[in-house]
Amino acid sequence: MQSAEAGQDSGGATGDAGHNRALADLYRTMRRIRSFEERVGELFLRGESAGSMLHLSIGEEAAAAGICAGMRPQDSFTTHHRGHGIFLARGAEPQRMMAEIAGKRDGYCHGKGGSMHIADMGLGHLGANAIVGGGIPAVVGAGLSSKRKRLGSVSVAFFGDGAMQQGILYESMNMAALWDLPVLFVCINNQYGMGTRVDQATRATDFEKRAQAFGLDGRAVDGLDVEAVRQVAGEMIDAARAGRPGFLTVSCYRFFGHARMDKSPYRDASEEAEGRKKDPVAFARDRLIAEALADAATLDQLDAEIGREMDASIEFAIAAEAPEQAAMFRDVFAAGEPEPEPLRTRLDRVLARR
Amino acid sequence: METLTYRDALRRALAEAMTEDADIVVIGEEVGRYGGAYGVTKDLIQTFGPDRMIDTPISEPAIVGVAVGAAMTGLRPVAELMYIDFLGMSMDQLANQAAKIRYMFGGQIGVPMVLRTQGGTGRSAGAQHSQSLEAWVMHTPGLRLAMPATVADAYHLLRHSLTLPDPVVFIEHKALYARKEAVDLTAPVPPWGKAAVRRIGDDLVIVTYSRQLHFALEAAARLAETGIEATVIDLRTLNPLDIDTLRAEVERVGKAMVVSEGALTAGVAAELSSRISEECFDFLEQPVVRLAGEDVPIAVSPALEGASVPGVDLIVQTAERLVRW
Ligand SMILES: Cc1ncc(C[n+]2csc(CCOP(=O)(O)OP(=O)(O)O)c2C)c(N)n1
Ligand SMILES: [Mg+2]
Repeated sequence: MQSAEAGQDSGGATGDAGHNRALADLYRTMRRIRSFEERVGELFLRGESAGSMLHLSIGEEAAAAGICAGMRPQDSFTTHHRGHGIFLARGAEPQRMMAEIAGKRDGYCHGKGGSMHIADMGLGHLGANAIVGGGIPAVVGAGLSSKRKRLGSVSVAFFGDGAMQQGILYESMNMAALWDLPVLFVCINNQYGMGTRVDQATRATDFEKRAQAFGLDGRAVDGLDVEAVRQVAGEMIDAARAGRPGFLTVSCYRFFGHARMDKSPYRDASEEAEGRKKDPVAFARDRLIAEALADAATLDQLDAEIGREMDASIEFAIAAEAPEQAAMFRDVFAAGEPEPEPLRTRLDRVLARR
Repeated sequence: METLTYRDALRRALAEAMTEDADIVVIGEEVGRYGGAYGVTKDLIQTFGPDRMIDTPISEPAIVGVAVGAAMTGLRPVAELMYIDFLGMSMDQLANQAAKIRYMFGGQIGVPMVLRTQGGTGRSAGAQHSQSLEAWVMHTPGLRLAMPATVADAYHLLRHSLTLPDPVVFIEHKALYARKEAVDLTAPVPPWGKAAVRRIGDDLVIVTYSRQLHFALEAAARLAETGIEATVIDLRTLNPLDIDTLRAEVERVGKAMVVSEGALTAGVAAELSSRISEECFDFLEQPVVRLAGEDVPIAVSPALEGASVPGVDLIVQTAERLVRW
């Protein structure tokens, strides 16, 4: 596997220099996620996205950056439908991501998967998922492979608070604990599943307690502070690697609607304004400045640079070509295996008879 | 006459049925406060309250299973699966429970519930949100299956489903919600289980249902310009299946084509074509031709998505070849 851009474990925050770099790196990762997601919104507005089922992770950047920073290159993961940020934090190329979101052949999945099904085995991304909870058990399987083949890898499942009510999660957590697998379950609790606030979906919102009941190391962390996320995730990933699986819930706020067409009529403006104060990017930026780790001008420059990088991803995606028609039949089965017969081929044969 | 969308018609059917029958409750994700992912149940919570428009956690097997239990004990639930693709997780409750309870228990009790859901392509929703899984349902004895294509049928078939003694799977098409038609909902429609002959011609019979009806009608109009007259049959329900209408039309015309959005192999089109072949063998001048979804998952790319299911051009071209064969 390639090394993940921001996904290297530097061995923990060793001394001030390490700490300084770490926060600056985390800030950069989060800013790239924020900028990328903003461009996804723009791609949609320009009518260039494949559909409108685009779920932005703005407000959730600390979960992606903080957890991925504790992962190693050989580690694998799955995500839910709101997974752009996680993949970027693991080293994805924005251009190929944006091309996938536009349904183009230069995208990570050649335009077949789109936003909700981005994957890249080279970066350990076992797949984003449009089935809530659908990607969770795969990390238990990856943990099993890792253990049996002594790969030394950890597998991380990222999912939303909505998936906390899916039965498959409990089957998966139970197995991971029972078999001491190198697995971490991460719930990104952005307070909503579509229009349903988390307390409208369950009486028991302390999700870490559920995991504890299965014998997992269940913990909770505030997703405002990326360093806090980085710290606890690092510990838990190390523990998972040693065969002690865990569950971490990261609280944050979904800044915008569920998908591009959702204007969030189910929550009021004051709640949103309050929620958006929980901004991990701004929080990290303020800390960098307050601790004199960076000055505003330098950060502005970095932000502008990142903005240009992400702008380029839009242009790349728009200029990229749609998949050719023959690609439709490719990859249903392995390369070299017979492809499904196209309808028109069959019709030609059937109707030509006589 | 009034102009209604498919979505409005569904909402009206639910609202009227709920007004008449206090045992009807709607159970599903985002059906209440949010008004449904596609807006079908919009504002119904204002009239019927959260006790009858029941928002659930994201727990599809339980949504269907709870409806089964409620149906066995006096309620008439309308369970909603936001996407038919989620049958993948709910299939036990539907196929092993709902469908079999009356039979396994020797006829003691039925499961009068409706499972409303939607399927099909058209929104670049990707491989896990665009499937046409009606064959799974049709292949399961004990389930009724309605698939409305028109605004009037969206209303009437749903109203009727809410009177039946057995589980009905009611599959809407995501690309039809915004479809508008001028309708008179008091005008008579074919009874439940009867197909509708939407166009009459002598050159071939096109058998279809759901969104493909509109493609077939458009194709028939184009064919008429070239002198080919097609009969177009809208099945409306796949269980019951109106074999009488199929037989009568195919025997009269002698050529038939089946059009379905579901994947070709072992799909609904296969069943229909085989029924027609068996029943009308002596009258058929040619094999019954199937147009159906390609045997591939649905890609998110609009170019691949559109090409992976039948469209007007394919229907026209195939009909021309069939008639001039
Ligand atoms: C099995 C399943 N049920 C329902 C949906 C529809 N749906 C898509 S996202 C979503 C909300 C998910 O909420 P959460 O898990 O909290 O993730 P978030 O969107 O907040 O990131 C729902 C209900 C789905 N895609 N899959
Ligand atoms: Mg959520």
